[in-house]
Amino acid sequence: MRNHSLPRWLAAFALAALPLAGCDAHDHEEDFPSSIGAPPVEAASPQGIHVPPPPFSDGVFPCSDCHDPEMLLPNPRRRKLEMAHQEIELKHDAEHRWCLDCHDAANRDQLHLAGGELVPFEESYRLCGQCHGDKYRDWRAGVHGRRTGKWDGDKEYLLCVHCHNSHAPHFAPIAPMPAPKRPVRTP
Amino acid sequence: MTDTADTTVSRRDLLCTIAGCAAAASVAGCSEPTHTDFFRHHLHELTPEQLKAMLADLEQEFSAKYGKDVTVAMTEARPGVSFAYALDLSRCIGCRRCVHACVKENNQSREPAVQWIRVLEMDKEKGIDLHHANAYYEAETVPRPGHFYMPVACQHCRNAPCVKSCPVGATWQEPDGIVAIDYDWCIGCRCCMASCPYGARHFNWAEPELPAEELNPKTHYLGNRPRPKGVVEKCTWCIHRTREGLYPACVEVCPVGARKFGDLNDPASEIRYVLENKRVFVLKSELNTRPRFYYFYGV
Repeated sequence: MRNHSLPRWLAAFALAALPLAGCDAHDHEEDFPSSIGAPPVEAASPQGIHVPPPPFSDGVFPCSDCHDPEMLLPNPRRRKLEMAHQEIELKHDAEHRWCLDCHDAANRDQLHLAGGELVPFEESYRLCGQCHGDKYRDWRAGVHGRRTGKWDGDKEYLLCVHCHNSHAPHFAPIAPMPAPKRPVRTP
Repeated sequence: MTDTADTTVSRRDLLCTIAGCAAAASVAGCSEPTHTDFFRHHLHELTPEQLKAMLADLEQEFSAKYGKDVTVAMTEARPGVSFAYALDLSRCIGCRRCVHACVKENNQSREPAVQWIRVLEMDKEKGIDLHHANAYYEAETVPRPGHFYMPVACQHCRNAPCVKSCPVGATWQEPDGIVAIDYDWCIGCRCCMASCPYGARHFNWAEPELPAEELNPKTHYLGNRPRPKGVVEKCTWCIHRTREGLYPACVEVCPVGARKFGDLNDPASEIRYVLENKRVFVLKSELNTRPRFYYFYGV
């Protein structure tokens, strides 16, 4: 009969050869755009990854509305914030991290990578990917995070920050939907 | 077969007569027309015309019953496609969004409730041990500390015990790997339920209750069309969606992205990436059912 099409070697490979997975072909940037096809309606980034707009809190963007270098001098000192953003509780390796590690002091409407390269908020995954390379690789392959769309065509991606609050990235617990009813045993 | 041309013709005449009577009766308001045709052949033996007529009958019946336009498709498997599914146990938080999205998408009976996905809660200390799994957990929030979650539905086995145990050939594996049921051919003997090691098949003990406003009108003959009482049903990987290129509903609703679906024959697919790069296992591999449903650890 049909339907024995999955080669046994593939399953065997999947089970046996996984420790070798560190250097796979999916790691090449140029491989990626072809697998997601034409853009969905959302914003497109220069890297060819199509994501919805970043989930800014109401009214915070552009940051330069307040962080105008002529009005408000950047204060690079690490401190407890008291004039604004007091609601942000940093739970993201707070011992070693600080606002300006990711936000750019000179250009508040952008982020910067460790090497200083500016990245727009639409490409924040590049910033996250600097430390979380394994997740970044899986995300680009469509395996980390939620995908919607077509299994054989256009897919809609989400930014890391759509699911993880960048300041406290642990996935927050949620309420479950109702449990099934226990079957009733009649005597 | 011993049928002669004469008996075949007379059977057709008989059916025409019955259909004519039913149509006349419905016009007169005496009884509803029914698609159930005791004398029809097995689905695989129907001519394209017979199939088309049968689907049209069903569409008419469901549209009248639920008061909205219901389509019943018979989209065939795409050549060269071999479906598989993977679920990331390190991500699932047991929120049951998939269970309820599935019910909504696939027109399961609301009362008595039929759910194709069961989410099992297990202790991290004990690991995967089905004897202590709990599907009825209640919690304010999930995941509960010290627990992990394992959703179980049809595993779409390549070597499916349910297919082998069906005495009438009402369930089979499609060319793309989906194990399908013809609800109109099922005799309700429940042999398939007894033979399924995953508890994935569910029986309609009572007339399924499905409010018209909750009916998903886009249906597939082998999938989410409304079912009658007394037949077995189960996950079809949202056959009405996946045969159109869409993801199953559970994949799209999962808030943690634990569910992955795709074509094993496409080297660029997500499912291939999972099989090639992650730690993967199948449930009850010792039974040699060879599921198309894989569990993996994404971290």
